Amino acid sequence: MRRRVGSSKANRRGLPRREGGRRSQRIAPSPGPPTRWGSGDQDPAGAVHAPIAHDSAVGHVTGEARYVDDLPEPRDLLHAYVRLSDRAHARVTRLDVGPAAAAPGVAAVMAARDLPASNDVGPVLPGDPIFADGVVEYWGQSLFAVAAESAELARKAAHLAVVEYEDLPAILTVEEALARGSFVLPTQVMLRGDPEAALARAPRRLQGRLTMGGQEHFYLEGQVAMAVPREGGDMLVYSSTQNPSEVQRLVAEVLGVAHSAVVAEVRRLGGGFGGKETQPALFACIAALLAWRTGRPVKLRLDRDDDMIITGKRHDFVADYDVGFDGEGRIRALDLTLASRCGISPDLSGPVNDRAMMHADNAYYLPHVTITSHRCKTNTVSNTAFRGFGGPQGMMAIELVLDEIARHLGRDPLEVRQRNLYGGRGRNHTPYGMEVEDDVSGMVAELAHGADYAARREAIARFNAGSVWLKRGIALTPVKFGIAFTATAMNQAGALVHVFTDGSVHLNHGGTEMGQGLFVKVAQVVADELGVGLGSVKVTATSTDKVPNTPPTAASSGSDLNGKAAQVAARAIRSRLARCAAEHLGGSPEQVVFGGGKVRLGKRALDFAEVARLAHQSRVSLSATGFYRTPKIQWDKKRYRGRPFLYFACGAAVSEVEIDTLTGEYRVRRVDILHDCGDSLNPAIDRGQVEGGFVQGMGWLTTEELWWDEAGRLGTHAPSTYKIPTCGDVPEDFRVTLRRTRSREPTVHRSKAVGEPPLMLAISVFHALRDAIAAVGGEGQSPRLDAPATPERVLLSVEELRARFDGPSADRSARP
Amino acid sequence: MSRAVTESGRGVSGSVRFVLDGRVRELTGVDPCMTVLQWLRGVERRCGTKEGCAEGDCGACTVVLGELREGRVRLLPVNACILFLPTLDGKALFTVESLRQGDQLHPVQEALVECHGSQCGFCTPGFVMSLYALYEGGQVPSRRHIDDALAGNLCRCTGYRPIADAARRAYELGRTTGAAARDDLASQLRSIARQDTLSLEHDGRRFFAPRTADALAELCERHPGANLLAGGTDVGLWVTKAHRELEVLISVGAVTELADVSVNGGHIEIGAAATLSDAHEVLAEHYPDLGELIRRFGSPQIRNAGTVAGNVANASPIGDLPPALLALDASAVLRRGGVRREVPLDAFFVGYRKTVLQPGEFLERIRLPVRSAGRQFRAYKVSKRFDQDISAVCGAFSIELDGGRVRDLRLAYGGMAEIPKRARACEAAITGRPWSEATVSAALSRLDADLSPISDMRASAGYRHLVARNLLRKFQLETSGRGDATRVRPAAEGT
Repeated sequence: MRRRVGSSKANRRGLPRREGGRRSQRIAPSPGPPTRWGSGDQDPAGAVHAPIAHDSAVGHVTGEARYVDDLPEPRDLLHAYVRLSDRAHARVTRLDVGPAAAAPGVAAVMAARDLPASNDVGPVLPGDPIFADGVVEYWGQSLFAVAAESAELARKAAHLAVVEYEDLPAILTVEEALARGSFVLPTQVMLRGDPEAALARAPRRLQGRLTMGGQEHFYLEGQVAMAVPREGGDMLVYSSTQNPSEVQRLVAEVLGVAHSAVVAEVRRLGGGFGGKETQPALFACIAALLAWRTGRPVKLRLDRDDDMIITGKRHDFVADYDVGFDGEGRIRALDLTLASRCGISPDLSGPVNDRAMMHADNAYYLPHVTITSHRCKTNTVSNTAFRGFGGPQGMMAIELVLDEIARHLGRDPLEVRQRNLYGGRGRNHTPYGMEVEDDVSGMVAELAHGADYAARREAIARFNAGSVWLKRGIALTPVKFGIAFTATAMNQAGALVHVFTDGSVHLNHGGTEMGQGLFVKVAQVVADELGVGLGSVKVTATSTDKVPNTPPTAASSGSDLNGKAAQVAARAIRSRLARCAAEHLGGSPEQVVFGGGKVRLGKRALDFAEVARLAHQSRVSLSATGFYRTPKIQWDKKRYRGRPFLYFACGAAVSEVEIDTLTGEYRVRRVDILHDCGDSLNPAIDRGQVEGGFVQGMGWLTTEELWWDEAGRLGTHAPSTYKIPTCGDVPEDFRVTLRRTRSREPTVHRSKAVGEPPLMLAISVFHALRDAIAAVGGEGQSPRLDAPATPERVLLSVEELRARFDGPSADRSARP
Repeated sequence: MSRAVTESGRGVSGSVRFVLDGRVRELTGVDPCMTVLQWLRGVERRCGTKEGCAEGDCGACTVVLGELREGRVRLLPVNACILFLPTLDGKALFTVESLRQGDQLHPVQEALVECHGSQCGFCTPGFVMSLYALYEGGQVPSRRHIDDALAGNLCRCTGYRPIADAARRAYELGRTTGAAARDDLASQLRSIARQDTLSLEHDGRRFFAPRTADALAELCERHPGANLLAGGTDVGLWVTKAHRELEVLISVGAVTELADVSVNGGHIEIGAAATLSDAHEVLAEHYPDLGELIRRFGSPQIRNAGTVAGNVANASPIGDLPPALLALDASAVLRRGGVRREVPLDAFFVGYRKTVLQPGEFLERIRLPVRSAGRQFRAYKVSKRFDQDISAVCGAFSIELDGGRVRDLRLAYGGMAEIPKRARACEAAITGRPWSEATVSAALSRLDADLSPISDMRASAGYRHLVARNLLRKFQLETSGRGDATRVRPAAEGT
């Protein structure tokens, strides 16, 4: 049964239709009915593949969209504050919270000894205490929490408590952890072929090391939770979380109640990026514990500095490679070791490091390869999920290897990259045995042509020859990113659809809206199934009592999973309605067509609402759940073999930069991106993901530097010291093309996931910087540059390369 | 905190009056250190304005102030998170909720929706307000102008491109606040204008906002331990981050006679209340690099609140204006009661965050020479991020040549010592010699004796030393007429 959904040009642009002469958009008066795309005749059709605005766009620009801290506050609300450790590793010899408890306005103080059940919020494996119990393991670990009449009173009280420590030796870096054999999880190895022998046989061989810094999520809305006690010991928790089901489970476990006694709800997040996949549980649990203790609602909202100190970040990595290749730059064998700083606990470090291993091929065929992964335990905050989830670090390693090979051979790095791409007989299986069916090679060629790579490389060479102090560089890098949770069991989703007798539709699913446009995409799918306008479909807050046992909204899987589940639910209702309509209009259900808010059978038509009323009168259920699980995937965790992903999402980017060789400052001059979103559900939303992901990745590799002092204290814990990109860092010449294809796999409307992959397009910026630095040296010289490539690292790299080029005796001051 | 403010319908001594949504609000019992953001979110529960960082660096809390200047209303975006509530006195406050007229979105709101300029939406109200001030300001901006207008607003989702598009698209949607509405607001602001000192007391803590320099001088003398509040872009953080309790605050912001920036004979004079925005145009006209330095070191929100004098009196070793002013041979006019003294900036900074200011004394004006044909000036700000970042190294240099020889040279650095500092040994090694690469090369090592930077989260000491040397080399290159391109983002592309 195919439905055609009528759509004018105006609403395909995703805009409310304009009435003649009206210049401004109509919106509902406030407070008013929650119309989202206008109402009535201004309602755009719910066509899939249309560039429709974010469902909350009007709420965002008017300030009416509510986040957890904006919700109406219960009259008896308490505010919580968490006191943090100021040692990286120490025994707590004294913790006297008496003075805090006695302070004005304080309702409760809770530390490890006061907990009713569990003191662990480890998401997969234990190891993440709510409150340090006897020993603190990182600077900024929570010691205890205070609930008081105001956040100010809670903070003041908390600092009255007496804490004394006896310092223990702290391991702060990957190098120290490796030297001491300190790991949160056992080392893993992925092996194909005989790399040792192949390396020995290879005509040429290079070794090297790359260190990559971590990354702070810097979601604009900090961590926040509000717990509201209910009767019978039940608890309602509003949490800014990507993972409501986990918040529900962990709150239940720390309270010692059944999962069914806890509801976790989230309408939207002010950004997540992985930083709200496991991290929010700690704050939700503290709020719930204090609410349980006091019988009053409790809100815990972190100050930005505390947020940045307490919560985990992207893992920093050290990559060591030993590569063998031929005179054409084709890789014969690779021995790669990845070591990451996991912090004090496993958290998600297992799957993060697994994904790094699985993406250490990026888009390149590695005939003989061994990838060793060390998961280091350090006395630092436990690192966690961040957009890309280890993938970016794995890709950075292999992209460096290819760049080094090219520079060693004196060839254009693009040529060497292209030579190594998957494709051709016997060259299309990943190290873990999954077949690569995607034409990355074609995309790279298309982009190189479209972005005028060859001509620009020549122009840059001319510029560099004539410019003493400023140097330019260009680089093209591809991305191939696997789509699915590598933990197979997590690839499932549920949805709940109700139709009411006025024809309005209520949609709920397990995915969370964090700005990525998931809600509008899934609503488009449901509106399309039911043939109604998007304005008829109301998406409601994600809540564990509506759709239970959900995975986090992560791994780029949100619309793949929830779109499918919602489609199943909508189809169930549609087929019931079709039967009703067929009975009423005379005909068979198969002939019924839904579209444009009408239900048609031959020449006769009924309003969708009329059919809903008929169904209700005939005692037909207008509510359905939908369930989906990703097909085809299987993974052998022990052998690192299988098909962990349903498909790959691919793209490529060309970046051009200019550096100042006197200061290390730089500017990105132009970026061209070609990215495959399949048959995009919403090209406007997807373009937003591509551009936003790219800029976030660029931040990771350029200005975003996390800095700890020798005592293990984070020095960059606010936007004054931690620098994410601003508007002026984004090139004015920023050309983004979505490649419109149809997904090979039966994804929802043949679209492809887009959340994470574009972040890694920014690796092209890092390599363009390397290219520009290389211009100060001679042929065959390769810069040494670690990430993030701050102006400092760029300048030191320039200096080091100049020193190598000039030789030790050259008079550096006499020449540029 | 909701009990910290009460509202009265009638004029009460010690009340704060401002215009919000066309209505005069009069608040009594104001905690002087309550921020506008705390009042909006905590007291009014007007939650459109967001808190992202509470230190003026992310812009999620951006609101717009309307203030009378020469009889007209000017609109200025500022950070509500570090703006103390009493400083609203006599002004109009616009928040994201103020913009919609009936059922119509403001063009910048509509353009953001149309251009897909929001994703998670948390930063969006702040962007809306920055764009609102930009839009109401007039002509269609260039991309550089947009970048500058948005430098104080962080977005983590969109990558900014759609927001920059929306900034321009808004002009195609048409509609500005009518002149009539501005006139109404102007007369409303005149009606709440205050002739005498605003004086508040709350829980034993006091706040004064005098109107005249004499009144300011008298208050400073009477309260020698008071903290002087100018734009609050640093003092605000003492409260929101360091949680200090400030006993007596004296605000210079309402002293109109000190808000002027004037050129008198051979000098530019900048009053203590002149914001960085107020001074920007004149300084940029005389010293383009100084204009660019000011543009970069603070976002519009910071420049609209922070003052030139505050950036000097604050005596931070990483402030960007002091090196520039040192290089330009500026001086500070200090005043205690009726007594004034003029101190060269060279002699003003005496130690880490220490100046020659005596108790009861305040910095009344900054004086610097106007540009002269014989003097060349350059300023360089090197930071991790180009816009709105604190310098790792700031170098500001001026030189006068006499037939190819150096007659006078002033080399000043920020971020290189515990005070903003001149590199006198290096100056001495160069002065009198030919202005050449060789002279500079030979003198570079003297910088090591002049400067003693530390390693911290912004840069290592080694990088700072290297950059300090290279900036001097760059200065020589740029002032020797060779014409080599030396800047990845030339200031000349300008705003």
